[in-house]
Amino acid sequence: MLNLDTSQVSLSREEMERFSRHLILPEVGLEGQKRLKAGKVLCIGTGGLGSPLLLYLAAAGVGRIGIVDFDVVDVSNLQRQVIHGTSWVGKPKVESAKNRILEINPCCQVDVYNTALKAHNALELFANYDVIVDGTDNFPTRYLVNDACVLTGKPNVYGSIFRFEGQATVFNYEDGPNYRDLYPEPPPPGLVPSCAEGGVLGILPGIIGLIQATETVKILLGIGTTLSGRLLLYDALKMSFRELKLRKNPATPPITQLIDYEQFCGIPQATEQASQAEIPEISVAELKARMDAGQDFVLVDVRNPNEWEIGRIPGAHLIPLPQIENGDGVEQVRKLLNGSELIVHCKSGVRSAKALKILQAAGIQGKNLRGGILAWAEAYDPSIPKY
Amino acid sequence: MATKVLIPSPLRPYTDNLEAVEIEGSNVGEVMSNLIARYGELKRHLYTEDGKLRNFVNVYLNDEDVRTLAQGDNTPVGEQAVISIVPAIAGGR
Repeated sequence: MLNLDTSQVSLSREEMERFSRHLILPEVGLEGQKRLKAGKVLCIGTGGLGSPLLLYLAAAGVGRIGIVDFDVVDVSNLQRQVIHGTSWVGKPKVESAKNRILEINPCCQVDVYNTALKAHNALELFANYDVIVDGTDNFPTRYLVNDACVLTGKPNVYGSIFRFEGQATVFNYEDGPNYRDLYPEPPPPGLVPSCAEGGVLGILPGIIGLIQATETVKILLGIGTTLSGRLLLYDALKMSFRELKLRKNPATPPITQLIDYEQFCGIPQATEQASQAEIPEISVAELKARMDAGQDFVLVDVRNPNEWEIGRIPGAHLIPLPQIENGDGVEQVRKLLNGSELIVHCKSGVRSAKALKILQAAGIQGKNLRGGILAWAEAYDPSIPKY
Repeated sequence: MATKVLIPSPLRPYTDNLEAVEIEGSNVGEVMSNLIARYGELKRHLYTEDGKLRNFVNVYLNDEDVRTLAQGDNTPVGEQAVISIVPAIAGGR
């Protein structure tokens, strides 16, 4: 059980009324509510996971909440990031979240860190809190959160989501396993699509985020059985929950210091540039000029059919990346080309670069449209939604 | 005897979009090699070039991580056994 000092904590009359439904629960009671008020929680990210869990941690009476995020609210966030409202679009997420938390519980102390979590600031930040909640969206930050939790001895309440599926557990709690025991290494960049690329059901992070909130409150209260040692899998389409055992792996090397997580996750700048250098690019302006001049070329769109429904560049042919990966699409491209020049695009240029690498290996040369359809929409066609 | 193998959504493009497939085999290793024999594209996503399970993918027999089982890949699959492939996902926004 976490060592929380409640000797200096008292609840006002207003707080007694506010938290009365907790106070009458024997498992919480006055002492438990004081523990929540004494508790200090740091939430990394105020996105899909951070939004719902922060609302409930604030409402539950957690006394001090830190929030780390460098981003601003975008209109495409509002489908799931329920702590942010329409009037906050374009403003910092941490300020939006703080505003909403204080509206729910004015007694909460909110610390905002409008910055990215990095190896140089993580340990210092974590030291001030009792529980760390991971609501991040990328592998480098997840390994950083894990390692910094291990080094500072803080429990790491973990959740992650993809499309219709989610995972949740508690790492590094009471000598339990950590993220490296579950997955010793991250996948290479590009192998696992992000939410921006793969999409996500808006309600999904609500479910997973609130599982994280539940575990956080249980840890602060010291009640129940946490998810430590268990990986919870949730499938929204099947509406099924499954549990897998999670043990410490004796082969996992001990964590002794923070490292370069971008490099660990295979995203060094130099390699990135080198790999791009192998793929010739074309700008949207050059593409437009070629179209206007009536030049002969074939434009292939490798996005998924549902993205194609959202908007498309005139004259493009849809051949989704999975078809190119399984070989059928390569032959389709070959037939289409028939001697013409090839230009490939996707949403922002990552998947089309991947497609071109496969096509190159099959002897087909082409150019990647820099910035994808988003850059095209920005420059020439405002009717295409920026999704 | 066929064992049910659950395919996570990131890998379904390589299994004709099926979320579960029935694969023959008497132990975990046999089931997995028959799986990648049937769905060739899966292989590079699950295994390294020298045939090791990738570090960001776990395979479970029922609720146990196969790496932690005493017999590992040679663990027999019982009746009603379910094998799950669980890759790392990082989404949170």
